[in-house]
Amino acid sequence: MKQFIGFLRKEFLHIFRDPRTMIIIFGLPIVQLLLFGKVINSDLQDSRIAILDQSHDNTTQQITAKLLSSGYFLMGKELLASDDVEDVFRSGQVKMVVTFGPDFEKTLEREGKADVQLLADASDPNTARILTNYASGIINDYVRKEKMQNVQLPNQINTEVRMLYNESLKSVYMFVPGIMAMILMLISAMMTSISISKEKELGTMEVLLASPLKPIQIVLGKVTPYLLLSFINALTIMLIGYFVFGVPIKGSFVFLMTESFLFILMALSLGILISTIAPNQMVAMFISLLALMLPTILLSGFMFPIENMPLPLRIFSNIMPPRWFIVILKNIMLKGTGITYVWKETLILMSMTFLFIALSIKNFKIRLE
Amino acid sequence: MINVQHISKSYKEIQAVSDISFEVKKGEIFGLIGPDGAGKTTLMRILMTLLIQDEGQATMGGFDVIKDYKKIRKMVGYMPGRFSLYQDLTVEENLNFFATVFQTTVEENYELIKDIYIQIEPFKKRLAGKLSGGMKQKLALSCALIHKPEILVLDEPTTGVDAVSRKEFWDMLKKLQAKGITILVSTPYMDEANLCNRVALMQKGKVLNIDTPQKLVENYTRKLYAIRANDMHQLIQDIRAYEKTDYAYAFGQYLHVTGNEDDVEATEFESYLIQKNHTKLEVFDIHPTIEDVFMDRMGEQ
Repeated sequence: MKQFIGFLRKEFLHIFRDPRTMIIIFGLPIVQLLLFGKVINSDLQDSRIAILDQSHDNTTQQITAKLLSSGYFLMGKELLASDDVEDVFRSGQVKMVVTFGPDFEKTLEREGKADVQLLADASDPNTARILTNYASGIINDYVRKEKMQNVQLPNQINTEVRMLYNESLKSVYMFVPGIMAMILMLISAMMTSISISKEKELGTMEVLLASPLKPIQIVLGKVTPYLLLSFINALTIMLIGYFVFGVPIKGSFVFLMTESFLFILMALSLGILISTIAPNQMVAMFISLLALMLPTILLSGFMFPIENMPLPLRIFSNIMPPRWFIVILKNIMLKGTGITYVWKETLILMSMTFLFIALSIKNFKIRLE
Repeated sequence: MINVQHISKSYKEIQAVSDISFEVKKGEIFGLIGPDGAGKTTLMRILMTLLIQDEGQATMGGFDVIKDYKKIRKMVGYMPGRFSLYQDLTVEENLNFFATVFQTTVEENYELIKDIYIQIEPFKKRLAGKLSGGMKQKLALSCALIHKPEILVLDEPTTGVDAVSRKEFWDMLKKLQAKGITILVSTPYMDEANLCNRVALMQKGKVLNIDTPQKLVENYTRKLYAIRANDMHQLIQDIRAYEKTDYAYAFGQYLHVTGNEDDVEATEFESYLIQKNHTKLEVFDIHPTIEDVFMDRMGEQ
């Protein structure tokens, strides 16, 4: 036990004396969270649009007013001729152009329909899709309420949409669980693998191996500090999410932390496994970054929906631990569900942990070869 | 104390050590002398239970290096060839760490390391990475001694250390020997061979000779000449081209030269070289050193 405590003290000294480690452990989570939460915000507000109104009648003006007062759009430019459309897009002044045809009101009243053209800058397809959806929603809503009051349409079906668990479609609800998975993966797996392979690289592992320390003591001594630090990080991310971004924690907080603990354990055992393969810090970092970070961001459903991926990637995403952790987090935080709804994901994480530990023990060498 | 029987080890294609046998008695300083790549480190790692030999047996203090590796790791102090302490920990922290790893305290064994540690104690709050080469060696030795080992294995402890520190280091080893510790030390410096009780000359994974340094020199019976001239570069080419030269190599400011027959006289070399227009020529007999013995044995291989 004294051996173990001595080892722990040494590990903490390594961590606290290395500014890079300190930045990664304590700076990175906060910076990432603020970045994703504030700056890389995929919610749309105040997008500039241009209007090409060829009728200038009451209806078109009312529709324009509706659009601009929705909060999503700002008037970027009023166009006079359809030739100008190309120019405003080219110069990047606006994201969308709304064109009303000539005699809009008259046509609408006479024929019961009229044409509005929505031209969107689809060089950013997501934004274009969202903008056109918003705009058509607003226009349809206006026409239905203002113009069709007196018209009785037979068997009309009105759809009413409600976005459950994230009513206002805030993207930060997506990011907090995603970043949590990413940071815990980074700190736990990468930092442990680097710290073990550092000993190999600097030759201190040779002295440790030639000492009476048991492999299990070396591994536990390496892992414990990062377990503690990662756990503190999980808490920090959760608190920032809750207090700064208003991400709810509807389910049990204790359960949430237990699941995080499980995920950290999984990532740590993965880190040990990496370090048993990597001969030096560079390789350890490379494996961690390339094999863990990128897939975590791209394939875990954090950034892109898994359902939209091609089949091979969809299958591959199943072996990404964060994928399951993100499902668990969203369930607990946003839906408030308990173990009965996430037992499958929990079981998967547990089996992964056992697998990694078993492989690490098998791979850990009591000698230099 | 250390018993090595027919140890062989190869890495893929390369034969690192082949069929090495020797024995080190209790309280002896035994030197492994040889250039880089002679297999010294591999042999030491096998003895330190860090590598497994392909063939042969070895025991440390009576324990088998494969079966009883745990016991050996408790009773042997090891200093690897590279400085292998934590550079981001202070002198004191390093020492304390190794003390706890070996389940002891600095106070308990202070007596043993006192002589060495006292020299670095003024810097005990300094990070190990910021120490000079000589001080690093002293710290590493202190750490290797902290658990009162019966055997000390030192892999090239004086490489990269200045001459004064080297001498101090060997003085310390002598003191440790007086306390009954068996020491296995490797070095590429031939002059350090004389400080060992017995040495094994190693080359390309093989042992060329094992004896006391004195006997090794005494058993060297061939005539050896030191030769010097104005143009040393031309000299070595000419002398090697001479049909009566067995081998010649630079040694300090002189060439050490042996004839292919023992009756080749100094005058024969002299007249040959004068004929080659060498000026300021000096040719005289010398007594062999360990290095001469080594070069001679190497030539035979």
